[in-house]
Amino acid sequence: MDTMPKKNPLSLQVDLKKFEKATEEEKRQAEVMSESTSFFRDGMRKLMKNPLAVGSIIVLALIILTIVIAPIVVPYGYADIIKVNGKRDKTAKNLAPFEYSVKEMQYMEETGEKLFPHIMGTDSLSRDYFIRVVEGTKISLIVGVFAALLVLLIGVIYGSISGYAGGRTDLIMMRIVDVIYSLPDMLIIILLSVVLDERLQSTNNVIIKALGTNMVSIFIVFGLLYWVGMARLVRGEILQIKNNEYILAARAIGAGSGRIIRTHIIPNCISVIIITTALQVPSAIFTESFLSFIGMGVKSPMPSLGSLANAAREGLQSYPMQLVFPAVTIVLIVLAFNLLGDGLRDAFDPKLRR
Amino acid sequence: MGKYLVRRILLAIVSVFVICVITFGAMNAVPGGPFNSEKALSPAVKKALEERYNLDKPVPEQFVIYMGRVMHGDFGVSLKTGRDISQTIGTCFKVSSRLGGMAALAAVIVGVILGAIAALFRNKWPDRLIIFLTTLFTAMPSFVFATFLLMIFCIELKIFPVWDASTRSMVLPVIALAAYPTAYITRLTKTSMLDALGQDYIRTARAKGVTTVKVIFKHALRNALIPVITYVGPMLAYILTGSLVVENIFTIGGLGQQFVQSITNRDYPMIMATTIFLAVIMVLMNLLSDILYKVVDPRITLG
Repeated sequence: MDTMPKKNPLSLQVDLKKFEKATEEEKRQAEVMSESTSFFRDGMRKLMKNPLAVGSIIVLALIILTIVIAPIVVPYGYADIIKVNGKRDKTAKNLAPFEYSVKEMQYMEETGEKLFPHIMGTDSLSRDYFIRVVEGTKISLIVGVFAALLVLLIGVIYGSISGYAGGRTDLIMMRIVDVIYSLPDMLIIILLSVVLDERLQSTNNVIIKALGTNMVSIFIVFGLLYWVGMARLVRGEILQIKNNEYILAARAIGAGSGRIIRTHIIPNCISVIIITTALQVPSAIFTESFLSFIGMGVKSPMPSLGSLANAAREGLQSYPMQLVFPAVTIVLIVLAFNLLGDGLRDAFDPKLRR
Repeated sequence: MGKYLVRRILLAIVSVFVICVITFGAMNAVPGGPFNSEKALSPAVKKALEERYNLDKPVPEQFVIYMGRVMHGDFGVSLKTGRDISQTIGTCFKVSSRLGGMAALAAVIVGVILGAIAALFRNKWPDRLIIFLTTLFTAMPSFVFATFLLMIFCIELKIFPVWDASTRSMVLPVIALAAYPTAYITRLTKTSMLDALGQDYIRTARAKGVTTVKVIFKHALRNALIPVITYVGPMLAYILTGSLVVENIFTIGGLGQQFVQSITNRDYPMIMATTIFLAVIMVLMNLLSDILYKVVDPRITLG
């Protein structure tokens, strides 16, 4: 046991016999280095530890899964009146969830075949409500995500040019942003929707026809107005990053502006951009449902969550469930995106952490 | 300060101008003139009518003429009702401003109180409950909340009448409009209150033996209220746009309902007038809240 060298009585060195060797465990305690980790992996780990963010991811995944699977499983179309034996079933109006119409029950008794239940009942035009809500969710989500991507694209390009160029260019570009920012967005959206709706109705463009004029006008309006917040944010980030030494170094070895923006600046403010985009989605869904609610949104028979809620208002006294389903879905989606955005901010942006 | 004020006012003027241009341009871009949809008029009559309404002049000149009339408070007449628009806006805005004012007041008072409570009981159950509720309410569009209120209190519980001209109760619409701003102000107050409570002057005040109540109200809350002021402008904008749907749901004859109706009817002079009117109010409110913010807190330098 005694492995320490013996001390020469005349030596002035410390007596090693008075010491003992560290155990393996004690040695490990001295290791201050933690496991090496990348920025992304570290952020993901933090995100996965946040129960609210994980919950939102699960909720969103379930919603997307339902959107994908439901149209395959459910034998009804979102725009089709329910048919029994190939004939339109007019008795299937405003059914309660899981209720069958008179004709459907007759048919089931006669043939012994089990018809697919109306999970959320039917609407006043005898259409299966579940599939309508699913389709509405799909459309609302598509609008939200694409609008957010549009904002991302325009905002990042505009903001990075303005921030990088600086000087007079920056001043002029930011004054334009200031003006757009101070416009009351909702009013302009409504106004432009009205006009674009009239203008685009006569068009023969296939894409516009397929999307519906209102959907196109929502995108145009988002492209015109909503990017300013993102542009301001990106500009602010870039102004900060621009003065770092590595940018100077890159310029010194002859890198072009485009390359510096792409490889040095954008990756450094990517987390802020992602977080803002995630939070832009619920705001777009809000706007779309608001427009649909006042009758400016997607055109029927195409449903969106807002237009479904609006349609349900007429029969509110008798069939409140028709309002509850789309309303709860909106709240769920917006809540999930908000919480996910907050979680992303906590995980990926140390500067903004509260 | 003076420079900032001038710049801020200039920005507001430019914004109002841009809004007018957009509105006018948008309405001019709608295909078909006002006399096209009627029975075929003889060219002479049509020309006379167009001259009467200055439609034969180039668009920029029409814009100048229109703006000149707007400056004098003359928005023309509604296509649908034939009534004078400025009069309609006047009567409707009285209703809307009462509703909006009450909602704004309720949002600020309740929001600040809840936010202060949440900050003082940090990480205890009142805080958690308040934060849960605010998260929920920021995720709920005002029209969803308004319809739910209508469903629960008017139809199921029958506490308030669904529609009654005599005792038109403002309670539910005010709650519906105030929900989102309240939640937002609560969060804002909580963060800034926590920030204020951590400051050195709070510790100094406590060390000097100032009572907790006095520290909270005199030192912490007063400073915590500053960010709330910046939110007042956006809040009023939110309430004004929110009233578009809430007034419709509760059938209150305010400006919001008028606006949505004019959209459904494609009543262009009315849409134009209401948009310009509401937009000017929003820009003014934003201007006021920005200036107030600067006055209240001289530390802030806004570029």
